[in-house]
Amino acid sequence: MIEVKDLNKSFGAKQILKGISATFEAGKCNLIIGASGSGKTVLMKSIVGLIPVNSGHIIYNHDTDFINIDDAGRKELRKQIGMLFQGSALFDSMSVEKNVIFPLNMFTNMTYKEKMHRVNECLERVNLKDVNKLLPNELSGGMKKRVGIARAIVMNPKYLFCDEPNSGLDPQTSIVIDKLIKDITDDYKITTIVNTHDMNSVMEIGDYVLFLYKGEKYWEGHRDDIMNATNQQLNDFIFAGKFFREIKEQNTKRLSDEKNK
Amino acid sequence: MSQYINTCILLPNHHFTTSSNHSVAFFNHFGRYVLLLRSLFVRPEKTSIYWKEIARQMVEIGVGSVGIVVIVSCFLGAVVTVQTAYQLTTPLISKSIIGSIAANSIILELAPTVTVLILAGKIGSKIASELGTMRISEQIDALEIMGVHSSAYLVLPKILASTLMIPLLVIISAFLSIYAGMWVGEFTGVVSKEDFMTGAIQYWIPFMASFALIKATTFGFIISSVSSYFGYYTEGGALEVGKSATRAVVVCCVLILLFDYILAQLLL
Ligand SMILES: Nc1ncnc2c1ncn2[C@@H]1O[C@H](COP(=O)(O)OP(=O)(O)OP(=O)(O)O)[C@@H](O)[C@H]1O
Ligand SMILES: [Mg+2]
Repeated sequence: MIEVKDLNKSFGAKQILKGISATFEAGKCNLIIGASGSGKTVLMKSIVGLIPVNSGHIIYNHDTDFINIDDAGRKELRKQIGMLFQGSALFDSMSVEKNVIFPLNMFTNMTYKEKMHRVNECLERVNLKDVNKLLPNELSGGMKKRVGIARAIVMNPKYLFCDEPNSGLDPQTSIVIDKLIKDITDDYKITTIVNTHDMNSVMEIGDYVLFLYKGEKYWEGHRDDIMNATNQQLNDFIFAGKFFREIKEQNTKRLSDEKNK
Repeated sequence: MSQYINTCILLPNHHFTTSSNHSVAFFNHFGRYVLLLRSLFVRPEKTSIYWKEIARQMVEIGVGSVGIVVIVSCFLGAVVTVQTAYQLTTPLISKSIIGSIAANSIILELAPTVTVLILAGKIGSKIASELGTMRISEQIDALEIMGVHSSAYLVLPKILASTLMIPLLVIISAFLSIYAGMWVGEFTGVVSKEDFMTGAIQYWIPFMASFALIKATTFGFIISSVSSYFGYYTEGGALEVGKSATRAVVVCCVLILLFDYILAQLLL
């Protein structure tokens, strides 16, 4: 579980995160949603300590404050973190297989056979076959994403961060990835935080949804409540598409019908 | 304080270079350079991986540069022989002097400095652009997130490999240059092979070899550490990667010449 308390971050004079507080519970898919440029990536990178914040606390597992942690502590904690970056961040001098095996080489004493078994298992989970020997620049954007996810989960992390895991994926693969994230979260009771602006993902897996608007928290709650939320900015965000607008209209109609009965 | 240092090392979001005050910019660069070097002294996550990485870098830096060293050295040796012969037209001086002057300038300056200046262009830009690309495409962040000490893992092997391999390349360069000078003297008829070698050996001072190796080692360290610094702290996009590489090469060349002078002043 990760608690964020009153997080503030500015780049120069521009304040990007404005007093964000949230609790991301273990065993749940925690989603951070918001328009492009609302600060999702900055928030996620702040939580993992890649961006130094101006003030606030980030508490892992009730006791470890990531802000005041020493070097050794940070390294230890990071071994339990898996992260998928928005741009995949694959090591481009290494093949797919070498990318995924890298953390295992670095931190475990498994035999080569055990490591390869684990690598193939992870690649299979993200629906990738016969790409082991390819280099990242020989992959499509969506394939890179999936290799990134495989690399993030290969060490069985306790905390999983995914920055837009299914942007650039077709709807079918998107669903596979969403399901994968959900399954991993459920199976291992890990703390998962996902950045997304895909409403399908929100409705599929959003156990807890945090809505960011221009660096501020405007709404938080469960996916089931999101359709009936009264927050103007959230509504504008969700019902931008025709499909969701129609659902909303049907909902309102049904509610008023029920009232009239 | 240590938190501050860590953030500086992990994420240099400071635009020191835009500072109008150049001396402040210089000290900021120097300070961060020292901090980067200091951050390399950590216990490796896994020693075997570091050894492998060092070996890989030695091949890349060392073997990868043999071609250019061969070409440069042959021409340097040839040119210095022909030009020395041109300057010594009087028959009063023994021809073997040409060999001694050529060999001395090759060992003292041409092999350890001129060749290394060219290597600075090749190795320096490669290191800076490799690290710069890794920085802007978040590969360095990815390493950090895994719990890998990114600066130690990426920079240390490059510094060790280059500090070891550049002296070797300089030795190759010196031998090739002298050999090329000898043959060019023979072919053009300015000095015979035997005279050339007699001169080269007659005025040979063993300390010159040590001096050349001290220089080469220093320059090897300068090239790898300075270009790692510029690459590792790249900010922005592809354009900045190019800028980092250019800057790395320029700064390396200036520092090589500066230390060339300092070492000559101190040791000769
Ligand atoms: N290193 C930086 N320096 C200055 N400003 C930055 C930096 N990184 C991000 N920003 C600013 O922070 C704001 C939020 O960016 P962020 O990347 O978090 O958006 P996002 O919500 O992830 O958007 P997207 O959905 O497009 O990925 C943007 O306005 C951006 O300009
Ligand atoms: Mg983003």
